[in-house]
Amino acid sequence: MNLLDLLIAIPAIGFIVALLIPRVMENAIRMIALVFSLVAFVVSLGLAIGYQAGQTGQQFVTNFVWIQNPEIHYHVGIDGLSLWLIILSTFLTPIAILISWKYIHKQSKEFFALLLLLEFGLVGVFAAWDLFLFYVFWEIVLVPMYLLIGIWGHDRRIYAAVKFFLFTMAGSVLMLAAIIFLYNQAGTFDYTTILSQLQSGHIALSHTQETFLFLAFFLAFAIKVPLFPLHTWLPDAHVEAPSAGSLMLASVMLKMGTYGLVRFCVPMFPNAAHENASWINILAIIGIVYGALVAMVQPNMKKLVAYSSVSHLGFVVLGIFSFTQMGLDGAVYQMLNHGISTGALFVLVGFMYERRHSLAISDYGGVATVAPWLSTVFLITTLASVGLPTLNNFVGEFLVLQGAAQANFTWTVFAALGVILSACYMLWMYQRVFFGEVGEGLRHHMPDLNLREWACMVPLVVMMVWMGIYTQTFLAPVSEADTKILSQTEMNNKPVAGALLPAGIPGGSLHAH
Amino acid sequence: MPTNYMPSADDLIRFSPELILTIAGTLLMVLDPLFAKKLPRMFGHISIAAFLAAIVGAFAAQSVMGSSFSNLLIVDGFATFFRVLVLVIGILAVLLSYRYLDREMAETGEYHALLLFCVAGQCLMAASNDLIMIFIGLEISSIATYILAGYLRNDRRNNEAALKYFLLGSFATAFLLYGVAIIYGITGTTKLDEIRTALMQPGISLAGVTIAAALMIVGLGFKISAAPFQMWAPDVYQGAPAPVSVFMATAPKAAAFAVFLRIFMTSFQTIANDWEPLIWISALLSMTIGNFAALTQNNLKRMMAYSAIAHAGYILVAFAAKSDGGTAAVMFYLAAYALMNVGAFAVIIHICGKGERHLRIEDLSGLAQKQPVTAALLTIFLLSLIGVPLTGGFFGKFYIFRAALESNLIWLTVLGLLNSAVAAYYYLRILVVMYMKEPGEVTNTLEPLSPGLGAALVLPAIGTFVLGIIPGAVLNFARASSMLGK
Repeated sequence: MNLLDLLIAIPAIGFIVALLIPRVMENAIRMIALVFSLVAFVVSLGLAIGYQAGQTGQQFVTNFVWIQNPEIHYHVGIDGLSLWLIILSTFLTPIAILISWKYIHKQSKEFFALLLLLEFGLVGVFAAWDLFLFYVFWEIVLVPMYLLIGIWGHDRRIYAAVKFFLFTMAGSVLMLAAIIFLYNQAGTFDYTTILSQLQSGHIALSHTQETFLFLAFFLAFAIKVPLFPLHTWLPDAHVEAPSAGSLMLASVMLKMGTYGLVRFCVPMFPNAAHENASWINILAIIGIVYGALVAMVQPNMKKLVAYSSVSHLGFVVLGIFSFTQMGLDGAVYQMLNHGISTGALFVLVGFMYERRHSLAISDYGGVATVAPWLSTVFLITTLASVGLPTLNNFVGEFLVLQGAAQANFTWTVFAALGVILSACYMLWMYQRVFFGEVGEGLRHHMPDLNLREWACMVPLVVMMVWMGIYTQTFLAPVSEADTKILSQTEMNNKPVAGALLPAGIPGGSLHAH
Repeated sequence: MPTNYMPSADDLIRFSPELILTIAGTLLMVLDPLFAKKLPRMFGHISIAAFLAAIVGAFAAQSVMGSSFSNLLIVDGFATFFRVLVLVIGILAVLLSYRYLDREMAETGEYHALLLFCVAGQCLMAASNDLIMIFIGLEISSIATYILAGYLRNDRRNNEAALKYFLLGSFATAFLLYGVAIIYGITGTTKLDEIRTALMQPGISLAGVTIAAALMIVGLGFKISAAPFQMWAPDVYQGAPAPVSVFMATAPKAAAFAVFLRIFMTSFQTIANDWEPLIWISALLSMTIGNFAALTQNNLKRMMAYSAIAHAGYILVAFAAKSDGGTAAVMFYLAAYALMNVGAFAVIIHICGKGERHLRIEDLSGLAQKQPVTAALLTIFLLSLIGVPLTGGFFGKFYIFRAALESNLIWLTVLGLLNSAVAAYYYLRILVVMYMKEPGEVTNTLEPLSPGLGAALVLPAIGTFVLGIIPGAVLNFARASSMLGK
């Protein structure tokens, strides 16, 4: 049992412990959930410390047979790609618990237990190296999030929760079919074995088979990302979810989709990925621009942030399907950035909702006068989100645009529109909410940040600055993993007629920072 | 011809589950006047003891595997699997019935005796190696079920259910019998293994055999409520007493599938390519009709009836794979399905109240706030019915679609999986009202969970997790015994 197993076990144990405590002891349940999530976070830091740079294979591996026939392994491990996503999950879970401390009264026992179950699923998704195990965790995540939205959400929560569940389910059943198909071909669910068999030509897929398998995986991931036009569940889910739900959904769960693209979709079916890259990138760019334009006209703060997610995630997809080192580095970095900055936005909007019980921009105005610290933190987060240099998003967006430019300059031109638009909608919202006249209803209902809220926001702001200034801490392991994934993507990339990618793009040289 | 007509000790052991159940059933009839007033629960206790003894008998029979009574009866792993399965369902049905019969003030020995006979017939079906024996087993099981469906004879819906089931059931059985007759005419035997050998001889009229197989598909398709022979199921499941509904949706269905598999995977295996399209169509129709019709239901029992049709469709997908892996998948799924269905029905019986007045989905409103444990257990069963990992339902679906893909049934797999995404919607409706609505009149005045129903919830929940997390033992057994008489 290594650190990673421990990390997967802790939230699961926490979930069971929280369920066993009598429901009248609300405080004890909260405390226990917080303690378990903090312990999990500390353990996950151990992963970062123990991570050996330069070693591109999996680390912290545990691999044993779970079910004999068909042979299914409990096979977990991390590499540079999953390391930070796991830490992102464990980093945000205590924050999600803290922001719900006062807000959740109804059935608080289930709420905090489900947050831990969610953490369990998320860590598992990013750690699994067995396709079956991956699917198991992928689906487990669905259940707590469905309940979080449906039970503790706002008015239209039931519609949003069911929509969320059905969209994800519809995508993932086809992925299951593809996984079973691969198993029948390869005789194993082990991802690395399947991958090497695909590369060596041991499993010979016809062109049609590869395309369909690619699409089956791609659809599941694209719904999760969400890629335009599959994004319609996202604004509903985000707006209706409680703050903790929005936080986990935006910051980590959407990354399950992009992680799946990078980890499974592209390396396993490189030919199909290259062939389909053009329309995928066009959809990504439409998502970037469309998300930004729709965000601009939203009267509801949460919905605005939700649509901004569609826009930001478009960058990630564009980076992945540019098939350049910089693009991929930027995409993965952007996953983390989006987790931090959009997560922080949802947290802050949640704070404001707790005070004013409204999400409408028009119900605010002049908040900066009554709650200066809240406004300052919000401003930093806003600036991070629009991609101000020295803050985190800048690095990711820059890399993605640079990588996309190497592949096809036209993509960059249109995608860059999204950067400009994001400044428009974010700053315009900031202006309407925080400046201007202080509304009468607001003056006495807008206390500044309290200690618990500071405790949530300080780590987030520190991360925004750290990730914006000293990129290398995070990007070095990511880059190593990306290089490997890119080489896998090209290894059996027979030249395909009509592929839009210019040949011979040199690998990025980002390590030189 | 055997010279000695006296059964040997091994013969008796191989036949022991049926013997035990029949003796116990008869005993209950005799005891009925003695206990009916004073100790009505005694009947249930005796039934459970009989079922447990029969399970022991089934395992004892497994230790002396082989055929008996001039090869009419065959005890192999396959037979044992289904015998144990229907016996376990029998126990669960009794557990479900305690509170229900108590509430309706209808606890009699007759009810339990019928249940025992019914299961005895199903055990016989599972272990038959002869079309006539299969028919006898089927009739023992069916006739008892017809009566059970109308058990509360003052209830109009019960009567309707029983009559409908009886008329249509007899009609369908005639098809089966007609098929048997044709087969006997062509091959001159009713023994499954001999039919198989006969069909491999040159000069057999395969057209006639195919027609016979099609007729048997009609007869058995009715019993498993597969489309297009599913019309009766919603009305009968809705009208029958709730514990009988769930029993009908699980035990007779499992036994009918056992027979189905045994006939088609041994006798008719050589003409598999001829009957596969029929099963293929039936599978797709059952899944689609079941799931889409369930979407609009408001009555819990009726919804579960359509869900039963859809699940029969999933199982037929594995059947259409016509491989040993498919057979094993059918076996595994039936076990998983029985557990989750019994569990879900336990909650329905818990909330429905006297006279089954509260059967709307909304009647479950706010259950999670009033009885969180009951709600959590129902959640497990619903997630299993949806097919969420770590539950038996998920593994069952996984094995089914794996077998289907191995046999290159790609379209059926894709359509089946999409169907299971559709199905998620109506199971989620139950989760929605349970967790996301405020408690209503029904849940506010809900009685505490009775011990019998509690056991019928907890045991299947444990089973669902065992099949979902450590399915190895059951699956290996199913695989090892899926060879049948080939």
